[in-house]
Amino acid sequence: MREICVEIGGVPILLRTPDSNFRKLIEQRYAGFVGTANNAQSSFDIDFLPVGASRAEVPAETDDDGPSIVVKHDGRKWHFERGDFHAEWHAGTGQGRIALAPSPYGIDAILRIVHSLIQAGQGGFLLHGASAIRNRKAFLFSGVSGAGKTTISRLAPPDATLLTDEISYVRCESGKYFACGTPFAGELAALGENAQAPVERLFFLAKGAENRIEPIGQADALRMLLRNILFFADDSELVGKVFRTACEFLDRVPVSRLTFYPDEHVWELVQ
Amino acid sequence: MAETYIARSTKIAARNLGGEMMIMSAVDSTFFTLNPVATVIWQAADGKTPLSQIVSEQVCSEFEVEPEQARRDAEEFVSQLSQHGILLISDHPLSSDRPATEAP
Repeated sequence: MREICVEIGGVPILLRTPDSNFRKLIEQRYAGFVGTANNAQSSFDIDFLPVGASRAEVPAETDDDGPSIVVKHDGRKWHFERGDFHAEWHAGTGQGRIALAPSPYGIDAILRIVHSLIQAGQGGFLLHGASAIRNRKAFLFSGVSGAGKTTISRLAPPDATLLTDEISYVRCESGKYFACGTPFAGELAALGENAQAPVERLFFLAKGAENRIEPIGQADALRMLLRNILFFADDSELVGKVFRTACEFLDRVPVSRLTFYPDEHVWELVQ
Repeated sequence: MAETYIARSTKIAARNLGGEMMIMSAVDSTFFTLNPVATVIWQAADGKTPLSQIVSEQVCSEFEVEPEQARRDAEEFVSQLSQHGILLISDHPLSSDRPATEAP
């Protein structure tokens, strides 16, 4: 078995595959996020589905993991299924197995699910949105498809460290929230930097004729935040945890609407 | 006429944010924002107090609303939330399970 440890948000996950080429593929895909196996608390043994066994062709990478993925808990283990993979994971022991078509897209989806479940239990979350560090402070930019996540990432000035243009990783540590870089890329097709910083502000993006920041009411902010948190599992206990996490995040982090005209001047408001 | 008793489900998460009660069903992730009148009814839904008493003693005393109108609105609100499993309805007092509600 060839091992490789992918560490995102300070959470190392060990992947074992008998195929050296696939290991190399994972190493290239997650370059910058490859850690050491010593402290991995979760691990997956990977097997390939027999040729023709995957239900659909390997999907293109999109920002919508939701409808096609089934995530269930049977009382002992989590089960994740999509056309091109099925996997199981025991949250208590951290042990899991994956059977997939030999493509990193399936690994990408499984990592997002596992991290969303881990963070749901630790007061953090994964968010549909870009994020960047500027002046040692992290800014999150969330919004529906087309709101401008990729655009604002593309316009980032040289002094900004781009954490992701697609899936932001928010970790809670001693009541403080940190944004971490992720390898989950969107249209920008560039991995984020493997860095982290305290979250200064969450912006919900909208494109407009001018740049302006407006306040958002707490109720609207909660509604928008919940709409953009990645959450796959149909599990009532975890739903409650995610709700409480969103409320606690809003208690501590300012949230605003950032309407912007797509040129670099928008970053004058983000610092 | 039979009394109606209402109680908050335990399968919800709720929080008062900025004066608005936000409720999420843990069963189907349905999300609700309650207006002030609905919030009063929600908070009074202890399973023991009849809905008619909640309307007359709390809704009508706190808001300028005709009793008959308040009763109709309350019944509609209660019906809607019960369809999503957010509120439990009975014609007899309900047990006082602690709802998964957080203090404002």
